[in-house]
Amino acid sequence: MSLLALVLLPLAGGVLAWPLAARRPVAARWVCLGALAADLALVLPWVRGGGGDWLARFDRPWLPELGIGVRLGLDGLSLPLVLLTLVLGALAVAASWQEIEERRGLFHLCLMAVLSGVLGVFLALDLIFFYLFWELMLVPMALLIALWGHERRRSATLKFFLFTQAGGLLMLVAIVSRALAASEATGRLTFAYEGLLEGGAAALPPWIAVAFFAGLAVKLPAFPLHPWLPDAHTEAPTGGSVVLAGLLLKTGGYAMLRFGVPLFPEAAAAFARPAMILGVAGILYGALAALAQTDVKRLVAYTSVSHMGFVLLGVFALDATAWRGVVAQMVCHGLSTGGLFIVAGLLQERLGTRDLRRFGGLWHSMPRLGGLATVLALASLGLPGLGNFVAEILILVGTFRVEPVVAAVAAGGLVLSALYSLRLLQRAFHGPFVGEAIPADLDVRETATLGAAVLLLLWIGLHPAPLLRSSGPTLDALLPPGAGAREPVTAAQARVGADPESTPAVAIRAAQAGGAR
Amino acid sequence: MSGLGELAPLLPLLVLAAGALIVTLAVAVRRHHGTAAALTAVTFAATAAAAWAGGGRASADAGVLFRVTPFGLAVVAILALAGLAVTGLAHGYLRPQAGRQEEVYVLLLVAALGAGALVLAGHFASLFLGLETLGVGLYVLVASLRERRRCLEAGVKYLVLTGTASSFLAFGGALLFWERGALGLSGLAAGTATPIGRAALLLLAAGLAFKLALPPFHLWTADVYQGAPAPVTGFLATVSKGAVVGVVVGQLGAARDGLALPLAVMAGAAMIVGTLLALLQDNLKRLLAFSSIGHLGYLVVAYLAGGERGTAAAGLYLAAYAVSVLAAFGAMGALSRPGEEREEIAAWRGMAWRRPGIAALLALALLSLAGIPLTAGFLAKLWVVTAGLDAALTTLVLLLVLTSAAAVYYYLRVVLTLFDRSGEDEAEPAVPLAWSTRATLLLLAAAVVVLGVAPGGLLAALGS
Repeated sequence: MSLLALVLLPLAGGVLAWPLAARRPVAARWVCLGALAADLALVLPWVRGGGGDWLARFDRPWLPELGIGVRLGLDGLSLPLVLLTLVLGALAVAASWQEIEERRGLFHLCLMAVLSGVLGVFLALDLIFFYLFWELMLVPMALLIALWGHERRRSATLKFFLFTQAGGLLMLVAIVSRALAASEATGRLTFAYEGLLEGGAAALPPWIAVAFFAGLAVKLPAFPLHPWLPDAHTEAPTGGSVVLAGLLLKTGGYAMLRFGVPLFPEAAAAFARPAMILGVAGILYGALAALAQTDVKRLVAYTSVSHMGFVLLGVFALDATAWRGVVAQMVCHGLSTGGLFIVAGLLQERLGTRDLRRFGGLWHSMPRLGGLATVLALASLGLPGLGNFVAEILILVGTFRVEPVVAAVAAGGLVLSALYSLRLLQRAFHGPFVGEAIPADLDVRETATLGAAVLLLLWIGLHPAPLLRSSGPTLDALLPPGAGAREPVTAAQARVGADPESTPAVAIRAAQAGGAR
Repeated sequence: MSGLGELAPLLPLLVLAAGALIVTLAVAVRRHHGTAAALTAVTFAATAAAAWAGGGRASADAGVLFRVTPFGLAVVAILALAGLAVTGLAHGYLRPQAGRQEEVYVLLLVAALGAGALVLAGHFASLFLGLETLGVGLYVLVASLRERRRCLEAGVKYLVLTGTASSFLAFGGALLFWERGALGLSGLAAGTATPIGRAALLLLAAGLAFKLALPPFHLWTADVYQGAPAPVTGFLATVSKGAVVGVVVGQLGAARDGLALPLAVMAGAAMIVGTLLALLQDNLKRLLAFSSIGHLGYLVVAYLAGGERGTAAAGLYLAAYAVSVLAAFGAMGALSRPGEEREEIAAWRGMAWRRPGIAALLALALLSLAGIPLTAGFLAKLWVVTAGLDAALTTLVLLLVLTSAAAVYYYLRVVLTLFDRSGEDEAEPAVPLAWSTRATLLLLAAAVVVLGVAPGGLLAALGS
């Protein structure tokens, strides 16, 4: 029950804030933050748990005619992403404090509805229910871009919606085909996660798996399915960009780990190499494109393409170490890129432009913003001591054991990321001051917003063990048999017997039995 | 052998017929708009109740002419409820119009009676009679606002093309009789393997495809949709097409094998043509007209899938499409004034800030038509996809999915127009909403959501 509450609480907060915002906008914002805090309080008792068990389950029939249920589950993989959602949600609300002046009520409703949808994706254990949340977060997200976006919001909204909807519908066909194939094996149609793991994937034509992964890859986004991303991220308001880059992209990576590989293990192994090459292409293309941008938000958007390339690479390395890196990368990219979008929003708020060429020398007038932005940019370039370094190094190590050449090329992306990150810092904060009016530095609220992201990145960078330990056992269980035989490099931090015999179905059933206590 | 007992399963049709007579008499005695509308609404509600109550029984023949199945009764109930919604919308729409309008209600009931007879037809004669009764009612309904030129043009167009379709159908029936010496629909598969039997089936399919506006028989749709008054367009889109779908899925299942290829081609063409043409429209009514061609293509996929799952999918899709499309036409009719319908998409710019309720309803209806979760359209599409994949109709299902993705573009374009900030301050003529319109629109919105969350009751009634 509390899992359902976990999903619905943000939405409830948004509904509550909606009418409130017209008369008392500050109160409406606090209601949203309060709802997220209450959600956090719901999750915290589970943080201490861990291991491969389900920390919580919720299971109710919904449409028994097709074997569809309201099935939710929280485990070590979804936990860090749920926490990320709540933290970034709070950052997004805080970042919109001054930016959004029109229709604040509707804005908060949409924002909180997106958060509910994202939480639903991270917790759903029924494929139709998962698809439902996957689609459901599109509508409020599209409204966020369409209503509070910048100059070219309309075409950005359409592009965003079309890409994701087309991918989603392909995925739906794959889901239904997969369930029908499983029902032929078991004689009972169900969309329940565990029910589908029991078999049926081998009999399917390969294009079904391709359709499924394509649907996920659009959201990730994987090169060459990314064209919606730069537009959507650039045109969205700051809060929308934070949620889009920090959370929506993560749903794609999460679903690959949770659903894609376990449901289509043979297919995943079969096109692991092309997928990894696409990942590397994304890493390099995103980084090169970021170098060419003059719009701050567009630059940060392309860095997302690059960083999400690492996620794709890591997922298809099908390696325990790389998968730990993928989870860390999703969390850290959420924090660092979310933070950078907030920086871009703050700059636009103060200077009225996002054009990098019209910035310069801002450090003198805004040392606080400069300092925090520097840490975020350094995180983005993968400086040791910050979270992203841990993530990318784990992915590269994991990949290197499988495909050394691919890993070596991918490492080139790190060099490029140093280039674009430092160029951003140099253009905006150093050199001569070119503006007219001297902008004000960050106030307490803004400092706290960015500071929170920086502190979390530092924490993960210096002490990644809790994060890796939380997700490790689940990831080992999800890995296809055979791949799990390679001991994770971080075994010292997360030593859990990766049993070569264990198939996902067996492991998860065991985990479920444990969770039923 | 005949007796009154044999008529008992046909109670919904009897209620409709009685209602049509009563309204006719009431109008003859004293013309009063409200009374006629109220009597019509009561008749539709009673018909739906009678159909719903009779749904538990097993399939039974009622005389030679009718075959009453749980699926057929469920479809009759859906159509009667659609008729009820149209009555509610028509009441608010017609009240400010000039002239005498009470006949509209009589015609609605007569056309619905034809639709009901069509759905339950077990014999070619009742099929033909039902179709004609429905058609005759509709010619007049489409042209019911006589002072509007486009309305008359639409009526004439519909008359001519429906006449053509009927002649196809009649010829098909004649060939069928020549080949089999019988006109019952139950044993249709037997005796249609010969060339003449095949030709008969093809002619029947062509006649019915006219009514469903499946390509290449779709050319009338946009003009008639645009010309007819908004509530009548809603009736045409739901009751008329729904009745044909009902009889095809419910009674002509045996013809599936003989018609699989031509129907698959028509369904594929419908999805492609409907979607492509809808992409080009600036007029909301024409957009919905072309999109309806695509939706009918999806319904044909459900029919071709067949079996219990395909039948349930067809019924669910029909209901979902009916409530969504009625909500859309209802929203359009609600903001129309005498002599001018709010059908240009540009006229809806920024409506969300001027008339939030109506805009929200239209947005909900369009999102449902686009198949977004938590609306009726999503579950209906899910059922059709499942049935189609189960029956190995992979190509058609992929076509369905791709055209649905493209369809999102034109639906979303309208939704974004509704929320366009630049139209916020445009002057909006005050059009007061009649209570009947208000209530109907609320119920339709509720139905879109309920069907999208809890379709269990309907699925049970459809016999799945």
